[in-house]
Amino acid sequence: MLESLDPVLLARIQFAFTVSFHIMFPAFTIGLASWLAVVEWRWLKTGNDIYQEIYRMWVKIFAVTFGMGVVSGVVLSFQFGTNWSVFSDRIGSIVGPLLGFEVLTAFFLEASFLGVMLFGWNRVSRKMHFASTLIVAGGTLVSAFWILSVNSWMQTPQGFRLGEYGLLYPSQWLQIIFNPSFPYRFMHMVTAAYLTTAFVVGGIGAYYLWRKLHVSHARVMLGMAMIMAVFVAPFQLILGDLHGLNTLKHQPAKVAAIESIWETERGAALKLFGWPDQEGETTLYAIEIPKLSSLILTHDLNGEVKGLKEWPKDERPPVAWVFWSFRIMVGLGLLMILTGVFAVVLFFRKRLFDTRWFQFWCMALTPAGFMAVIAGWCVTEIGRQPYVVQGVIRTAESVSPVAGQHIALSLLAFIVTYLFVFGAGSYYILRLIAKGPTPEGEAYGDHGVDEPPLVTDLVSETGGEDV
Amino acid sequence: MFSFESFLNLPILWFVIIATAVILYVLLDGFDLGVGILFPFAPSDQCRDRMMNSIAPFWDGNETWLVLGGGGLFAAFPLAYAVVMPALYIPVILMLLGLIFRGVAFEFRYKATGKSRRLWDYSFHFGSLVAAFMQGMFLGGLVQGIEVDGRSFAGGALDWLNAFSVMTGFALVCGYALLGATWVVMKTDGTTQDWARKCAHYVLFYVALFMALVSLCMPLMNADVKTLWFSSPNFFLLLPIPLLTLAMFVIIWRDLRKQREYRPFLLSVGLFLMGYIGLGISIWPYVVPFEITIWQAAAAPESQSLLLVGTILMLPVVLAYVGYCYYLFRGKASHETIY
Repeated sequence: MLESLDPVLLARIQFAFTVSFHIMFPAFTIGLASWLAVVEWRWLKTGNDIYQEIYRMWVKIFAVTFGMGVVSGVVLSFQFGTNWSVFSDRIGSIVGPLLGFEVLTAFFLEASFLGVMLFGWNRVSRKMHFASTLIVAGGTLVSAFWILSVNSWMQTPQGFRLGEYGLLYPSQWLQIIFNPSFPYRFMHMVTAAYLTTAFVVGGIGAYYLWRKLHVSHARVMLGMAMIMAVFVAPFQLILGDLHGLNTLKHQPAKVAAIESIWETERGAALKLFGWPDQEGETTLYAIEIPKLSSLILTHDLNGEVKGLKEWPKDERPPVAWVFWSFRIMVGLGLLMILTGVFAVVLFFRKRLFDTRWFQFWCMALTPAGFMAVIAGWCVTEIGRQPYVVQGVIRTAESVSPVAGQHIALSLLAFIVTYLFVFGAGSYYILRLIAKGPTPEGEAYGDHGVDEPPLVTDLVSETGGEDV
Repeated sequence: MFSFESFLNLPILWFVIIATAVILYVLLDGFDLGVGILFPFAPSDQCRDRMMNSIAPFWDGNETWLVLGGGGLFAAFPLAYAVVMPALYIPVILMLLGLIFRGVAFEFRYKATGKSRRLWDYSFHFGSLVAAFMQGMFLGGLVQGIEVDGRSFAGGALDWLNAFSVMTGFALVCGYALLGATWVVMKTDGTTQDWARKCAHYVLFYVALFMALVSLCMPLMNADVKTLWFSSPNFFLLLPIPLLTLAMFVIIWRDLRKQREYRPFLLSVGLFLMGYIGLGISIWPYVVPFEITIWQAAAAPESQSLLLVGTILMLPVVLAYVGYCYYLFRGKASHETIY
């Protein structure tokens, strides 16, 4: 039975699984690093210890998340070879150097200065410590730059030529790095990361307010998060629209799948909901708003939108996945904007920090960013199918000569490991949140402790079991 | 489009760069994997805490060299990357899983209380052990040669598994344990140091044994390697390598007895370098032994040139701040306030 497993599908599932898990950590740490820099800056500027306590609490969460990001990222750097060796061979000359730059300009920077951020409090000056936070925050952005450049090149490839054995050779580096979809994808993802962090921080702040714990810290958390919701969430909508127009220009099949439009038409309706039927080439049970799709995509009520029937059946992405992922992403984005609207109204009524339903609302939206990020990546990655490099290399021809049963077993091992390890990580993060920002009684790994107390000392102090 | 192809031998240069990244990984992550291998045998929890403290600021920087080695191979020799990874699929996946279990243990261990901390102690130990063993098997599988057809791996899924690769697996575990033990000797004092010194003594014997065995097996398994090492004048030119190795073993042995703190670690690093150089000479000029040379596997000259510029600009900077971090966290792990 195991012999009949399809290696392509299994390799895709494995990559989707490991990369989806991984993306949650950077999506959170990119935003968190920048936010920690702001918090530390406020602390240095105002001398208000509230900020320092907030920093201390969140830097621990940052460390746990970052550690999980590192280990799940190492997996990805090998997976190109283990599961997608033909892809690696063919595009190595183009993608390889960009990934090399990511390691050289970002990974070392982040890893080294994270050590200073976590353990260097008594070994460097406050300014140097702040500089370390800034460097780590900068490193996360540089890392995002390179990896999104690579991904965007796979979406909108240019600046290369095809050589023998189907190998791709670079001909213009600047065209490769700054390919057409890169600026949009980069801005869209970094903004998404900031919003993800904002809604986590805001959600936790709201939880403390709801429980009437750490109130002064919680006000800072919720307040700063709402600034992001008010200003950045609407900005993200505009960026998303620009990104969509760019996709329409370069990957029209993806947009047709997003909209589930089968026939090329003028004045196309926007399908709010429905069930795309890949075989029947139609959208079942569609709820439509007339002409809106044309208006959004072409900024003209009667603009022409290409339908999926323009492409042969084996060139179309799986429509239902793309259609629904897109709606989840946009729906969550609209909820974030709505949060900003509520926040403005409550702020002017001076009820921002003591409205119970709003606290509950923010708590409910804590995971919104993660869900939106994953849904968004599903749109762009599944929407590129059946290609791995749009129009150049098909996914099905990229896979390694590894038997299906081995991919299945390694997939199973990854699932078990990730659920266990990252489940434990989430549990420890929840415990850190439950503990909250506390001025004293720090464990090793925090700042402000002259000599790192040993775990055994802590256990005997707290009356725990002696090991 | 720029390319340095006309005046530089790019594949050789890149072979050197990647070989450097790999040995830096082996040495740096080697000592913290080694600490993980020795972890449960430490006499007390306090010792374990000190051991952990001594590597906590460094481990993820150390692991980044692995990403550079893997990423560099992908960038500079994509064909080699595309052949080797599927050929050694199982050891690579198991190594990655091992690295996950040990990597998260650093943070989780400090957050855990009571019995669950034990869980992360073992996660750290077995993760390190599996990662080290798999890296050794990877090495063993690689140097034995890989079956290639056209541009892809053509052998079976378990080709790498045999007595030789199992031996190299154990060899690397012992080697890392030596690095870890001498690191702990250098970075701690008191009970922990005494215990680590004993460990170092003990594993030193096994490292010597395994190095001798591997050195014996390589020429026996491959006629080219045999001629390379045992024909005149090569034999005499290469003689310094085994002689230096032998001298290092003797000095480490004596240093440990004399309770010297720094030199055993530095000489253990030297031992690794010797073994590495020996292996490098044996498989040169192949990047996939004994099928694909560095020239066949090389990426486009434009690609190697671009990344070369990046490497020349960035690598010194990286080394400078990595060095700064080691300097910042210098001294004994248990005496943080001496600084």
